[in-house]
Amino acid sequence: MTEWEAVIGLETHVELQTNSKMFCGCPVDFGDDPNTSVCPVCLALPGALPVPNEDAIEGILSIGDALNCTLTEHSLFYRKNYFYPDLPKNYQISQYTFPLCVDGRLEVDVDGEATTVGITRVHMEEDTGKSTHVGEGGRIHGADHTLLDFNRAGVPLVEVVTEPDIRSPEQARAYGMELQRIVRALGVSDARLEEGSMRFDANISVRPAGTEVLGTRTEVKNVNSLRSMQRAIAFEIERQIEVLESSGSIHQETRHWDEAAGVTRPGRTKEESEDYRYFQDPDLLPLQIDEAWRDRVVERRPELPAAKRARYRALGADQRTAELLVDAGDLAALYEGAVERGANARTVGIWLTGEVVRYLRSAGTDVGDTGLTAESLAELASMTDAGELSATAAKDVLAAVLAGEGAPRAVAEDRDLLQISDRSAIETEVAAVLDQHPEALERIRDGDTKPIGFLVGQVMRATGGKADPRMVQELIRGEANG
Amino acid sequence: MTDLADLTIAQARAGLRDGSFTSIDLLDAAQRRAAVSEPHLHAYLTIDREGAREAAVAADRSIADGDTRPLVGIPIALKDNMVTKGVETTAGSQILAGWTPPYDGTAVRRLREAGAVIVGKTNLDEFAMGSSTENSAYGPTRNPWNTDTVPGGSSGGSAAVVAVGSALGAFGSDTGGSIRQPASLTGTVGAKPTYGLVSRYGLIAFASSLDQIGPIAQTVPDAATLLEAVAGWDPLDATSFHGDVPAISRSLDAGVGGLRIGVVRELVGSGIEPDVLGATQATIDRLADAGADVVELSVPAIEYALSAYYLIAPAECSSNLARFDGVRYGLRVDGATTEEMMAKTRADGFGPEVIRRILLGTYALSAGYYDAFYGQSQRVRTLLRRDFAAAYDQVDVLVSPTSPSTAFEIGSKTADPYTMYLSDICTIATNLAGDPAISVPVGLGNDRLPIGFQIMAPALGEEVMFRVAAEVERGAAFVERAQLATSEVVTP
Repeated sequence: MTEWEAVIGLETHVELQTNSKMFCGCPVDFGDDPNTSVCPVCLALPGALPVPNEDAIEGILSIGDALNCTLTEHSLFYRKNYFYPDLPKNYQISQYTFPLCVDGRLEVDVDGEATTVGITRVHMEEDTGKSTHVGEGGRIHGADHTLLDFNRAGVPLVEVVTEPDIRSPEQARAYGMELQRIVRALGVSDARLEEGSMRFDANISVRPAGTEVLGTRTEVKNVNSLRSMQRAIAFEIERQIEVLESSGSIHQETRHWDEAAGVTRPGRTKEESEDYRYFQDPDLLPLQIDEAWRDRVVERRPELPAAKRARYRALGADQRTAELLVDAGDLAALYEGAVERGANARTVGIWLTGEVVRYLRSAGTDVGDTGLTAESLAELASMTDAGELSATAAKDVLAAVLAGEGAPRAVAEDRDLLQISDRSAIETEVAAVLDQHPEALERIRDGDTKPIGFLVGQVMRATGGKADPRMVQELIRGEANG
Repeated sequence: MTDLADLTIAQARAGLRDGSFTSIDLLDAAQRRAAVSEPHLHAYLTIDREGAREAAVAADRSIADGDTRPLVGIPIALKDNMVTKGVETTAGSQILAGWTPPYDGTAVRRLREAGAVIVGKTNLDEFAMGSSTENSAYGPTRNPWNTDTVPGGSSGGSAAVVAVGSALGAFGSDTGGSIRQPASLTGTVGAKPTYGLVSRYGLIAFASSLDQIGPIAQTVPDAATLLEAVAGWDPLDATSFHGDVPAISRSLDAGVGGLRIGVVRELVGSGIEPDVLGATQATIDRLADAGADVVELSVPAIEYALSAYYLIAPAECSSNLARFDGVRYGLRVDGATTEEMMAKTRADGFGPEVIRRILLGTYALSAGYYDAFYGQSQRVRTLLRRDFAAAYDQVDVLVSPTSPSTAFEIGSKTADPYTMYLSDICTIATNLAGDPAISVPVGLGNDRLPIGFQIMAPALGEEVMFRVAAEVERGAAFVERAQLATSEVVTP
């Protein structure tokens, strides 16, 4: 049996949330009614001309920078010519030679193992409009008519192209997640796959493990989530292996992922590959990205997710907690605020990723809409660390804090939930209980540990549940051994 | 009494200022002239009576308030590839029949803001592709000097209306000679500015890297005035020049004493008709007499200019004209599928010359041919720029005939596109180089039709170019007017 190796390259399109479109002043806004965010330029009226949006270019440069790319000094705009009704000019302004960013890499963690995915290029494009085919199952062929909305036409689009470095569906997904985190951390896009502001196309081939020659690839499109990308790639790898093992051959083609059926299906086959007749756009001058501009991009680079995770881990968070916190930006802010106020980072991390996340999920709300602040979180953490609250009491206090009922100490005092953690006070209670139950103490001394729980319970009852049970137990054991 | 339609812009401006007549008077005179000439010429595609009248009334009010800006109240015509808000704009093509733009191009907006009275839209070769205005989907324009001949093209309509006085000035666009060659054939002055000096925003693109809007007028100073009104940086055109506009009209009276003038050897040899060569030589002699230092020199890459042009311009047009697909505006011919609708619309909407160039350009950009055709043409362009730069190291301006011949007969070149393409042999190189050039009438040929003289200058050299042009104009003392430049009803 041949052992197969998958070779995967990803092309990712990210819509930039700039104030205006790539080549005109129209707002980037999809909530509007159809064809309201349009002008002569993005509708390609006769005589209209494109002018590049510097914010968008800077957004692309920031992505390239975050992906460790070289930001090029001279960059060119090209026209990619093809006819399609939702492409107003019937060419797309894109890049070909001399893209804005080249030769990058992204470190991707797959099941705790660090891998590197090479980035070939990051370049600029403009989006198309949206077609809605009415009738005949929503496909262009046989549709009764087609509705066009050009609000999206001309929205800045970034294309990130990887080297064929990815070897598994899991790695592809991890890459996608990390790219999504980076784009969000940069604040250039909300990168939502469901809404199409981030889109993945996967180029997939397989070859016998240990060989160098690339197999024929297929391109899989139409994945609407990272999960479906992983599934689609896994399916396609299996499909190709099956074909090859039954002596068939792979056709270079575009295949669409059918989420419901869980399969990829061939798209419309073309007789020959499309000739886009790329040529430098004569309406746009070569872009000069001078050193000052490049420096500015690097200076403005925020702390990227990987660096943030490393910092949280250094503070004592485990990998999963660090990931969770970094992915949920508002929790990370609370985390940092509480730690800054002197709270134990590990305790804060556990509370945030445990109780707080559970509460937010069940309440279906954002942490910003609760009463939890960095101050209150720090206070809660130091109270639990100091043994002033039992685990149960702490949960109640947190719930009250989240519900906006006040600060932790005030809530705890109000509800009489503070633990007695004064050692001498508890010693007195323990001594009293042991006096009443000498037989229990004897049994413990004989090696029977069962009565410990009984004795702890007695002390807790005597203190109205406010003694720190850990301390009580410790004292009882001390007596027994002493 | 002078017919107001015979005035230059400078004269009209003086009369408006001193109250001898009003903008409405000027407009009436221009429209009377149009009423007489149009049946013979077909130079206008649209005459905007209402809009023009409103603008003239507004101008008169403004003049009464002391407005002395150079174009306020002056009747101007625009080539119909310049986008005008609310006024049908067709680019001479069936595919845009009935299209009324929702916006003004930048040059148009600047003219309106300068108080100019836009009288109408002039005929052109479809999408500015041609040298005779015979390629218009709406029928040819005729030459007012002899209606059996063409007015040149593609801005033939703009040249013809200025030649007869149905507008005091006009604008055209020049991609390979489309302003200068018709100016030459109609006895008018036509200038193609430095690439980037006038915004292309709102000029329906033929070949983006070559197209420039420029003026057509009766005199060199009028052309300078028109150009000054529209020149200057535009944030809506990324290729527009972001710097100081040359002092276009500053040196009109400075003469040519001490200037070095180069005669382009490649443009005064074979292929140029003898009477054109004769008038060219006479003009050069007068410039020398006026104190210029005249030398003959070579711009070798000119030899390849025509070939390079007929790859670059079609390549760009094949992409620029892709937007005319029946989806959003203009003609739509129904089909069973979207693709079929688009294909039918384009097949029916474009004329044969446009289709020829789209095919040529599509081929030139195709995989496997790109480098041999488009790539090679771009290298020729680099060579040309280098050769021109070397020439301008030696001289201030270059001169040549504008057109190898006077106006030719309608239909005489339509059967053979290559012969037609040769009419731009003298003008094309400056477009490829991005430099300015101007045509000034200097006399009549054996056929009693006008001959134009071309002055070329380095990029942003408009000041010296207009300075020499003004001297050429004074020396030539060309006073003849076209046969149809009359308000009397005529039967030519």
